[in-house]
Amino acid sequence: MMNTVTGNTGVPVPNRIAGSLGDRLFHGVAWMAAVGVLLVLGAIIVMLTIGASPAFEKFGFFNFLSTAEWNPVTEMFGGLSPLVGTLVSSAIAILIGLPVSFGIALFITEMAPPWLKRPVGTAIELLAAIPSIIYGMWGLFIFAPFFADHIQPLLTDTLGELPLIGALFQDPPLGISVFTAGIILAIMIIPFIASVMRDVFETVPAELRESAYGVGSTTWEVVWNVVLPMTKVGAMGGVMLGLGRALGETMAVTFVIGNAHKLHLGLFEPGNSIASTIANEFTEADGEVYTASLIALGLILFIITFIVLGLAKIMLLRMAARQEGRPA
Amino acid sequence: MLKQFASSVAVVALSLSFVSSANAADVTQINGAGATFPYPIYAKWASAYQKETGIKLNYQSIGSGGGIKQIKKKTVDFGASDAPMKPEELDKYGMIQWPQIMGGVVPVVNLPGIESGKIHLDGKTLADIFLGRITKWNDKRITALNPNVKLPDHKITVVHRSDGSGTTFIFTNYLNKVSKAWADKVGNAKAVSWPAGVGGKGNEGVASYVSRIGGSIGYVEYAYALQNKMTYTLLRNKDGKYVAPTAENFQAAAAGAEWGKAKNYYLILTDQPGEKSWPITGASFIIVYKQAQHPDSARAVLKFFDWAYHHGGEMANKLDYVPMPAKVVNMVENTWTKSIHTASGEPVWTSKMVVQK
Repeated sequence: MMNTVTGNTGVPVPNRIAGSLGDRLFHGVAWMAAVGVLLVLGAIIVMLTIGASPAFEKFGFFNFLSTAEWNPVTEMFGGLSPLVGTLVSSAIAILIGLPVSFGIALFITEMAPPWLKRPVGTAIELLAAIPSIIYGMWGLFIFAPFFADHIQPLLTDTLGELPLIGALFQDPPLGISVFTAGIILAIMIIPFIASVMRDVFETVPAELRESAYGVGSTTWEVVWNVVLPMTKVGAMGGVMLGLGRALGETMAVTFVIGNAHKLHLGLFEPGNSIASTIANEFTEADGEVYTASLIALGLILFIITFIVLGLAKIMLLRMAARQEGRPA
Repeated sequence: MLKQFASSVAVVALSLSFVSSANAADVTQINGAGATFPYPIYAKWASAYQKETGIKLNYQSIGSGGGIKQIKKKTVDFGASDAPMKPEELDKYGMIQWPQIMGGVVPVVNLPGIESGKIHLDGKTLADIFLGRITKWNDKRITALNPNVKLPDHKITVVHRSDGSGTTFIFTNYLNKVSKAWADKVGNAKAVSWPAGVGGKGNEGVASYVSRIGGSIGYVEYAYALQNKMTYTLLRNKDGKYVAPTAENFQAAAAGAEWGKAKNYYLILTDQPGEKSWPITGASFIIVYKQAQHPDSARAVLKFFDWAYHHGGEMANKLDYVPMPAKVVNMVENTWTKSIHTASGEPVWTSKMVVQK
């Protein structure tokens, strides 16, 4: 740097040029990386649409979405049952996973004694690193039998007796069902949501927390009125990450969901999801319409993910707007 | 998992393989892709063959559908499929196929206290169970066939394959032949619209569901049922005899079959006549082009499979596969000489080329 300062002639010196070239190069590379992501995204959409078009041409987009028949023999395909299976199992996963993750993050940041924070935090992160096939096998060989023998009868006797929602829990306990898949998914996404929540909860300045405690707030009040409002964007990001994983999870779901192309009211009946259907059937799908229908399912999963992320974004913007409108 | 790994390896291997098949003069490697069911025995043959001749077989078990797609794209020297291709389709692409190895499909049940071979079923009853029309084990249609077995008042849970599979093809082919209701409602394919039950991925998926769920019935490949000591049922064959799933009974089904009358070997060995024939038997097929693009590679493929016909029987038996009967082998060899030729019309393979041990 010393020899770049050569007095007041204003003539650029060699090193300075090299510097600006480096800048421009970096600028270019960074641009390319960013545009590259968009290009890949666009290319995926285009390829999926092209691949799926024979199916949409034959059945019609909305007809494909609203038919539950899936018959490779007659080549009649409809995506309703995997679509419903995907949405229901992911919804169960979030319903169970969200409160538990929130509790874990709350415990680590607010309640745990300092010596326990680290081990628990690390354990959660390790859980996130377990491959999904392990969850699937554990689900099939250990969890499903336990669930069928102990928990399902209990749920049938309690929730199954309730009006309206009772019908969801009345089927015979096989252990292999949409509900089981939802629970396995919940276990899989908890580490993701919990570790993101913990990280964002820790970004809240200690002064804010301490002031709140200082005016006599309980732990719950601090979390609910100080920590959460400050971090909800980040926490929501964690939930979306978890939901994204639940929607697209393939292997673990394939093991426990039962893989039946049938629509059932009961959550204890076997069903299937978009990802598990593709994983099961793609290798042996011969015939243009069959392959196209599987790709169409992929496109639909893509659209669902897109809609979910879009809705989350809109929700966050609304929350932010409301926050700003309120007097500080 | 292994299957997925194999298929990803396949892509790499296929792109590399062009080098070896293009260089026709000295073929050191033959490339094939397809069915997963015969993969263990093809791999076993390949390693023995390499020791004897130095020629390597690169077989990627990516599934029958994948095998057919690859041979159509000409990225491999041969394709392998558990379900035979239709004669019209073979003619359209100028390909031929032959049966290489056999296996059987076995109904397995989970009924505590009931041993293998105790339950007697016939095709119609089996079809009605898989159609969801018989829902209890003590249904009188089942008890009528089993007067000496005490069957429980237990719900039947049907377990089927969730992935497309040659095993399903053979199984539904049988149900199609013996039950009109099945043929009308469901049909015959590698994946069908199952009227009842849960789906397990792969033979191991079906096996684990069957052993998990009390009162369940599923179907798996013979080798799988044998190695996992699953409870199988007896079936009534076309001659009205109750038979057990054994290698001998599979061979009986193949020997009784009229291969000579089947165009392009399009013959599925289900519901064959013969006192000992096991009714759900099937062969796995090899598919090649009639006009060989690279005659030396094509010859290497035929030499390998011919060697397997003549020297691979014992290895097949050890792995619980069933070798083709000698009668069928002769027929296939004649077909090779007659149908597979170079661009100038010379036969690619003649009986003089049999690899000696």
